[in-house]
Amino acid sequence: MLEDYFRQYGLIAIFTAIAVILPGSLLVVSWLLSFLRIRPSKPNDVKRSPYECGMELIGDRWPQFNFRYYMFAILFVVFDVETIFIYPWAVQFKQLGFFAFAEMLVFILILVIGWAYAWNHKALEWR
Amino acid sequence: MLPLDIAFWVMAAVGVATALAVVMEKDIFRAALFLVVSFLVVAGIFVLLNAEFLAMVQVLVYVGAISILIIFAIMLTRNAHEGNPFNSFQLPALVLSTMMLAAIAFVAVNTEWHDWDQLGLQVLPGDSGEVFSATEQGIKNVFGNTTQVIARLLMRDFVLPMEAASVVLLAAVIGALALVRENEGEA
Amino acid sequence: MSALETLLLVLAIFGVLTGLSVIVLSLIWLERKFLGRMQMRMGPMHVGPFGLLQPVADAVKLMAKEDLLSSLVDRVVYWVAPLAVFVPTFMIWVTIPVARDLVIRNLDMGLFYIIAFSVLSIVGLVTAGWASSNKYAVLGGFRAAAQLVSYEIPLILAVLGVAMLAQSMNLEEVVNSQSTVVYALVQPLGLVIFFIAGLAELGRTPFDIHPAESEVVGGPFVEYSGAHWAVFFLAEYINTFAIAALTVLLFLGGWLFPGISGDVSALGVLVFLVKTYLVILVVFWIRGTYPRLRIDQLMSLGWKVLVPLALVNVVITASYMFYGWSAWSLSLMSLAILGAAIWGLSKRMRTAPTPEYTVKLYVPAPEASNAG
Repeated sequence: MLEDYFRQYGLIAIFTAIAVILPGSLLVVSWLLSFLRIRPSKPNDVKRSPYECGMELIGDRWPQFNFRYYMFAILFVVFDVETIFIYPWAVQFKQLGFFAFAEMLVFILILVIGWAYAWNHKALEWR
Repeated sequence: MLPLDIAFWVMAAVGVATALAVVMEKDIFRAALFLVVSFLVVAGIFVLLNAEFLAMVQVLVYVGAISILIIFAIMLTRNAHEGNPFNSFQLPALVLSTMMLAAIAFVAVNTEWHDWDQLGLQVLPGDSGEVFSATEQGIKNVFGNTTQVIARLLMRDFVLPMEAASVVLLAAVIGALALVRENEGEA
Repeated sequence: MSALETLLLVLAIFGVLTGLSVIVLSLIWLERKFLGRMQMRMGPMHVGPFGLLQPVADAVKLMAKEDLLSSLVDRVVYWVAPLAVFVPTFMIWVTIPVARDLVIRNLDMGLFYIIAFSVLSIVGLVTAGWASSNKYAVLGGFRAAAQLVSYEIPLILAVLGVAMLAQSMNLEEVVNSQSTVVYALVQPLGLVIFFIAGLAELGRTPFDIHPAESEVVGGPFVEYSGAHWAVFFLAEYINTFAIAALTVLLFLGGWLFPGISGDVSALGVLVFLVKTYLVILVVFWIRGTYPRLRIDQLMSLGWKVLVPLALVNVVITASYMFYGWSAWSLSLMSLAILGAAIWGLSKRMRTAPTPEYTVKLYVPAPEASNAG
């Protein structure tokens, strides 16, 4: 049983390796082609300048962002954490009885309060 | 060495190396990427500990969500490339992390680790408060479906902490909103 | 592990690799041909019969194309970003079954595994934008993060509804539990939420806010060309297929079809592929039909419509399961809520005034004239 468990994750590890090697080899092959003179490589200043709709670079390379956008990331983390509590319950709640059912409703309700609060303070708008 | 031992040592080495890289790297964005790798390795170590649910949670919450949060924060800072300076907090940080290390080492040494062979009778609450024994079946019941065991523990024994967690999450939302509003007041 | 098992494993991995390559090539051809026909064009027609070899020609061209590397990019991160996008999209195929027992490994936590890993490609997109050190790329990466993050929540919650109905996170069990009635009928609300959120996760029209060519000229991918860009492209098509496959597995009964015995693997695969390609055609159809949403509309749709609907979906599914109501009651409730949501949304769209925008023109600071 346990061997099976580790074998299954060993398999995932193998798959990860393939997932890295596959696109990695694509990049390497393309890079090798430049030695065979199949892939041209003639850089000049214009080609090496960052894309800016054909203009010369204006201002900073990294624009500044509004702090408000951080709100979406926070909300995502909050709901993400919520779902990891709901998932184990979701596949089990029939056996766990009414108490667990009510408990989870309370849990969801508390989060809905946070969500409604955010909406009420216009934090869900992209401006 | 067993394959599992090799896996553990590789992951431990990568974990420590990437964690060091997070501290040493000058460019904050690269530091964040090292942090992501470090989180992934921790997920792998959870897998080795038979805690597959926790491993998935690690990937979903830390690698997926927390790293996005950190990257958002980095994008909001100026001079991210020269950031992460070795500043005046170096010494306090060193003291604090040494204390943390000592505390964790102390806990690790003092914990009674239940090995497979000497598992004796481990008490875990079942449907009617039954006790799983260290038989093959008992181990299978606990480690074969950690998700079910976690659900039972969360819903039966740790109800209050779970509900407290949702209140903490609520507090996080309200705190972020307060920050946004403060920002607006200045503008 | 016995020799036979190892052989089977190697065969399975090769099967996935060749299968995915063929699928990606076919999808590229299909999309171009289908869109062409929708716009009264012919689509690709010169390379091979019916232009079938066009995607192969494209691949060769991309591989042999000059790598235009801007002098400002962060080289290492620039190389890592395509891999970071590709790896998670490939890894979820460990546990997606295409027919009964035809899967590399049937994980008990399959659904949770897929969800956990699908979040990872967001990091890759942001990384791509950041490494390019280009305004449009950074902006696109930022948009991508905001959009994907917002639609991940309804996606996860919609999947949760299915996990509840099946009382399992194992994809094969999810399909088997649909042998009497498919979940699309039991939970139409869940299907719609999943499909819309899935489209948004793919960044396809009408949700292609982050690669929007007319606004941020390709978003995180502006500075990518040649093989680097090909990897992103590959990941996008594998992802499209994955979302369609998940729609089929979770809501449309996977390889099950009334009258066809699912015990024969070949038939099962055929049924699964037909269903999946039909779903993909719907995706292309939507792309050919709708204009792009504005970003504020996109965020509002995610957070103000889909998230609450998904939560309601979870709650009604839980009550239905817990109290053992009959199946049609859930589908009626689901349909009623869906109808009410569509009605409310369309009414609001007809009456809502266009928001006012103040556009700030860029005025360069006197000392910022060091460009060049």
